[in-house]
Parts: sequence; C-alpha cells; structure tokens
Amino acid sequence: MVSTSSTTQGTDPYAASTSETSQGRVFTVTGQDWDSVVEGVADSEHLADERIVVNMGPQHPSTHGVLRLILELEGETVTEARCGIGYLHTGIEKNMEFRSWVQGVTFCTRMDYLSPFFNEATYTLGVERLLDIEDQIPEKAQVMRVLLMELNRISSHLVCIATGGMEIGALTVMTIGFRERELVLDLFELITGLRMNHAFIRPGGVAQDLPPGTLDEIRDFVALMKKRLPEYAALCNANPIFKARLENVGHLDLQGCLALGLTGPPLRAAGYGWDLRKTQPYSGYEDYDFDVQTWDTCDAYGRFRVRLNEMQESLRIVEQAADRLAGLEGAPVMIADKKIAWPSQLAIGSDGMGNSLDHIRHIMGESMEALIHHFKLVTEGFRVPPGQAYVPVESPRGELGAHVVSDGGTKPFRAHFRDPSFTNLQATSVMSEGGMIADVIVAIASIDPVMGGVDR
Amino acid sequence: MTPTEPTEPQGPQPAVEKPAVRQSPENLPPGKDVVAPSSTTEGGETTIEQPAVGVRTGMFGVPDTGDTSGYGGLVKPVVFPGAAQRPYGGWFDLVADGLDGLIEKVVIHRGEITFHVHRDHLLEVAGKLRDDPALRFEFCSGVSGVHYPEDTGRELHAVYHLLSMTFNRRIRLEVSCPDADPHIPSIVAAYPTSDWHERETFDFFGIIFDGHPALTRIQMPDDWPGHPQRKDYPLGGIPVEYKGGTIPPPDQRRSYN
Repeated sequence: MVSTSSTTQGTDPYAASTSETSQGRVFTVTGQDWDSVVEGVADSEHLADERIVVNMGPQHPSTHGVLRLILELEGETVTEARCGIGYLHTGIEKNMEFRSWVQGVTFCTRMDYLSPFFNEATYTLGVERLLDIEDQIPEKAQVMRVLLMELNRISSHLVCIATGGMEIGALTVMTIGFRERELVLDLFELITGLRMNHAFIRPGGVAQDLPPGTLDEIRDFVALMKKRLPEYAALCNANPIFKARLENVGHLDLQGCLALGLTGPPLRAAGYGWDLRKTQPYSGYEDYDFDVQTWDTCDAYGRFRVRLNEMQESLRIVEQAADRLAGLEGAPVMIADKKIAWPSQLAIGSDGMGNSLDHIRHIMGESMEALIHHFKLVTEGFRVPPGQAYVPVESPRGELGAHVVSDGGTKPFRAHFRDPSFTNLQATSVMSEGGMIADVIVAIASIDPVMGGVDR
Repeated sequence: MTPTEPTEPQGPQPAVEKPAVRQSPENLPPGKDVVAPSSTTEGGETTIEQPAVGVRTGMFGVPDTGDTSGYGGLVKPVVFPGAAQRPYGGWFDLVADGLDGLIEKVVIHRGEITFHVHRDHLLEVAGKLRDDPALRFEFCSGVSGVHYPEDTGRELHAVYHLLSMTFNRRIRLEVSCPDADPHIPSIVAAYPTSDWHERETFDFFGIIFDGHPALTRIQMPDDWPGHPQRKDYPLGGIPVEYKGGTIPPPDQRRSYN
C-alpha cells in the first residue's frame, strides 16, 4: 500500500518514514508535485497495482476547516472515504459545567462560529424551559431573537456558498459572498457590539435594546440585498461549469437523510419540507409569513438552490421583524423577574462602553439592597430547578439542539449540543464513495460542516 | 455536585488550605441520609416518591473552606422530577401504550416526556419506536451522556432524543448503567445516525456500546487516558499568579454550587 500525506513544504520531520510504518511506502506531497508519487510508484513493480490511501487535511484549503479526510483511491475514483475529526475540540461542554447559567451563553456562542445566535438561542430556550419562564419572555426580545437569527442565516448561507464556490475554483462567488456577509456582520456589530461570539441572547431575553437608527440600517440592508441576491442566481443557477460540478454530485435521498439523521438543506433538497420553524415553532415563528424551500434533486446543486432561496425567505422575515420592532420602541427586552434578569444595562460613557452610570449611582449611592442583589446575581447567578430540557432550533445547517441538565444548582450540570454539522458529516462516505476525488470536495461543501460545531 | 467524603472521586479541591472558621458540631451537615420530599405536585401532575440522588451542602459545596457566609450548615437534597402516573395526557399515553411492559419509569417535566428504559430492553424499544406504524419515530437526534456520580448503581446515563416527523412528536429515552459495568447496547442498527454520537459518548463518558461497528474515540486523541466529561475528571488549567496572589484553575476555585 502507498500512503501520501499533504503537509508543509520540504521535508516533514513528523512524517513517518518507510522504516517507521508498517502501512507501506509513504510519500509526502504538498500539491503540484504529484509526479514524485507517480515516479515512486512506477519505480517499484509491486507497488504499481496496489491501492493508494490519500490523507487529505486536516490542514488543507478545500476541506472546509480542520477536517481530515482519509481517501482510498483507485486512479481518481474514491473507493472509500472516512473522516477524521476532533482537531478543533476545545471542551466547551465541559467548561460550561464550571460557569454560571448566564456565562454558558458566552461559551456556546463559540461552537458553530458561523451561526452563533442559533447556539445561544437553543441553549437559552432550554434554560428558559427548565426555569418555566417560556411565556414570560417579552415580545420585543422574541422579535429581536428572530431578527438576529434570520440575519445570521443569511450570513451563514453566504459563507457556505462563498467557500463552496471557492473550493471549486469559482472565486467570484467567494468574493461577492464575503462582501455581502460583511454587511450582515456590520449589522451584528451595530446591534450587539461584536461581529462574532456575541453572547447576546441570554436566559430571560436579550442583553441590550436596539441602538437608535438600527431599523433604518436594517431596511437599507434589506433593500440592497434584494438587488444583490439575484446576482448569485444570475451568476450560478444556469452557469454550465457550476452545474457540471454540482449536479448529481453528493447524492443522498430522503431515506438516506433520515437514516443518517441529516436535517437542514440536505433534507429539504431531498424534497421533504421539514423545517422546525414551521413544524415546532419557537420564539414566535408562527407569527411570520414565510415559505419552506425545497428542491427535488437530492444533490449538491439542489442544496445550493435551497440555500439561495432560503436567504430570500430570511429577508422576508427580517422585514417583518423590523416592522414589528418599529412598533415596540422602548419595550422591555429582558424578563421582568428581577431574580433572573441581568441587573445592569450597558451604556456608552465618556471612556467607552461600560455599566450604565445610572445603575452604578443607584447601587453605590442609593440602595444597599440593590447592591446586594446585583452582587448575588452577577457572582452566584440564579438557580435552575432540577430536570432536563431539549429545545432544538432550525439552524442554517439543520436541527441544532442543546440537551440541558440541571441539578438545581447555579451552573449547568450538563450541556450537550446536538450539532447538525457533526451529524451531517457522517454522510461523507455515502455521498462521495464511487465518485471522483474532486467531487468529494463538492459533496462536503454541500453539507456545509463548520468544524467549530463538529468538534465543540 | 461535589464530594462530601474524601473517599469519593476527586472533584473541586479546597482552595484555602486552612479554614478560617470551624463549623460548630451542631450545624455541620448531617451526611447523606437526607429525607427527600415524599410527594410533589408538578403542574397538576401528581408524581410519586422520588429519592434524592445527591445532596448540596453549604454555599460553596466544599467543606472547610472558610465559608463565612453563614450558610455553611445548609443542606439541600438534589431531587430530580419524579415518575408520572397514568393518564399522562394527550399522545403521551399512545406512545406509552406502544411500549407497554418495556418501560421502567416515565417522567413528564416541562411538557417533555422521558421514558426510562432498562438497557436489556433498549434494542426492542428502539425497534418498536422506529417500525411501529402507530409510533413512527423515524429520526434520532443523537445520544447525550450524563454522569451522575451519586446515583449509585446508575451512574452513567445515555439520553436519546427521538423525533417522529410523521406525527410531529418528540420523546426522550434514558438508559443507565453502573460505572462498574458500563455497557449499553448500540442502536446503530436501528438508527445509523447514532454511530458518531455513540462514539462521542464512549469517548467522553466511557460507556461501551455493545454491537457498535467501530467504537473508537472520535474527539480526543486515540491514546488519551480517561473520559473527560465524567464528573471525576478535572477540568484542568493552571493556577494564575497576580500581584502575589494565586488564583486556582476554575474547577478548584471556591464557587457557588
């Protein structure tokens, strides 16, 4: 057997030499130098008819993150494909067990870094169910959550389409995709103060009210996107090269999707309009007018079209949410229960953002009880009654759910995230075996795994 | 939950070596023989007696840490929601009918139903849930492990969330196994999606899923010692020095429990 691995330029001090491995001869290639493999195989008679195992990644520009693919090849046909994951495991779930319930949001927002609001939302909804305060969340907080989640769906799908395009050589798709994503991140920065890792959706509501002028910015963005989204359709939908690379690649039908637990665009591209926003609405999704997008080709092209259409639907929801927010000016964004609501609000002072001066004046100068309350809630946090909850949401990649377990303490006893990237990635073998090696890249890009969510 | 006896697995350690205040004998925690509430009423559903699976002591969970808060003698049992009794209401009864005789206990909490299944019955239950036309749980959301170190004889739990897309119903299966014999049958044959999920649960909790096609570590390196998500596995981290003081890592700090 011959093994190759793509690593850094020159000699790799960590690569196994022929004397160190029992797996046959090892070649280290870095791209553009496949001749050395061909020559090496041709050199020795007995190697010529044996299988080649290519170890692709975990550091590889087209594996969609630190994903390691172990491909067994016959010529350019993939006979076996396996994934190696875990390179981005950071123990977020374990860490959450040592922090308060509110601090948990700060951790889980970093899991699937392209859809942070969905991580926060599913965790928060689980905590709120355990606290039994689901019907006390203020309307404005619910609408803001929906607004942020739908903007996030647009930015996440844009990255999926952009990186997927880049991986097949369509660089223009990448540049325009990231151009539009930047606009969404600007909105996030305006609303939450951060482009990523927001920790904005919290048990009880959201962290902050909308800053003045936000709704105008959102309306401008929607108007601009209505012009620009058709550009993607014009550039890609009927593009013969694009279609030739995507059509009939990464095929997985409905039975395969359900058996392997795939949700999100792969499931809807198999023709089944399953969308948790419609079937099991949360955060008031039942009040919005939108359609579930499906396609019936079960392939990478169908998943691309589903994502493109879903961005249009998300724009519709963003518009409706903005209209509703216009009528909710000054409404509370945090639960009225002072035993759960974060005691202070942030405000812009002369030296930057910090705790609101009014609040500091209140706790430092007016009310000792308010100071005690602030201190207790910020250091100790609230207690959550014992039990477990699982409230999944429809993330851009499918069903994202947090299994939240409490033992009655001030910290999560266990928080487990069912991440759709992790589950969907199991379909790699089924989607790519028997196809060409170049199609492996397209198949993986079409399930859009985010390794931060896969490894957590 | 933190250890109250030195013989138990190592959890958070006292950050301060010597206590500033000694507990007087009359307000020391009495130990684990805490009487649990005999019956609770949860949203109109009567639940039967539920034993405590742990006990919470003091304000910070760690004895002899110089807890000057005045709450050092506080003792509270940890009681999870108890078993529900028939009728469960709505479609809960329909699903329970389909699984008659295979269920240890049914818990209904916050509108979610949990079926506690003995591991010997898990494969039969999973097969029935998937194939019975009246149940049709086509979709498994995955496996989540939970470690209850003080739930003696049932320390390791595997929790499965199943979804019936046909009827739009969601249930939870909970299977437990003792730490000394961490075996649970694998449901990969019924739900292929649980392949990686079971590998992850094995990796993090050490539950061995019998019959899994290739039960290897998935997130941690292959030669990693221990199972990191168990409660007796430390979080890790190093103490941080700042202006002469030393701040211990998060799992060894005194903290609210």
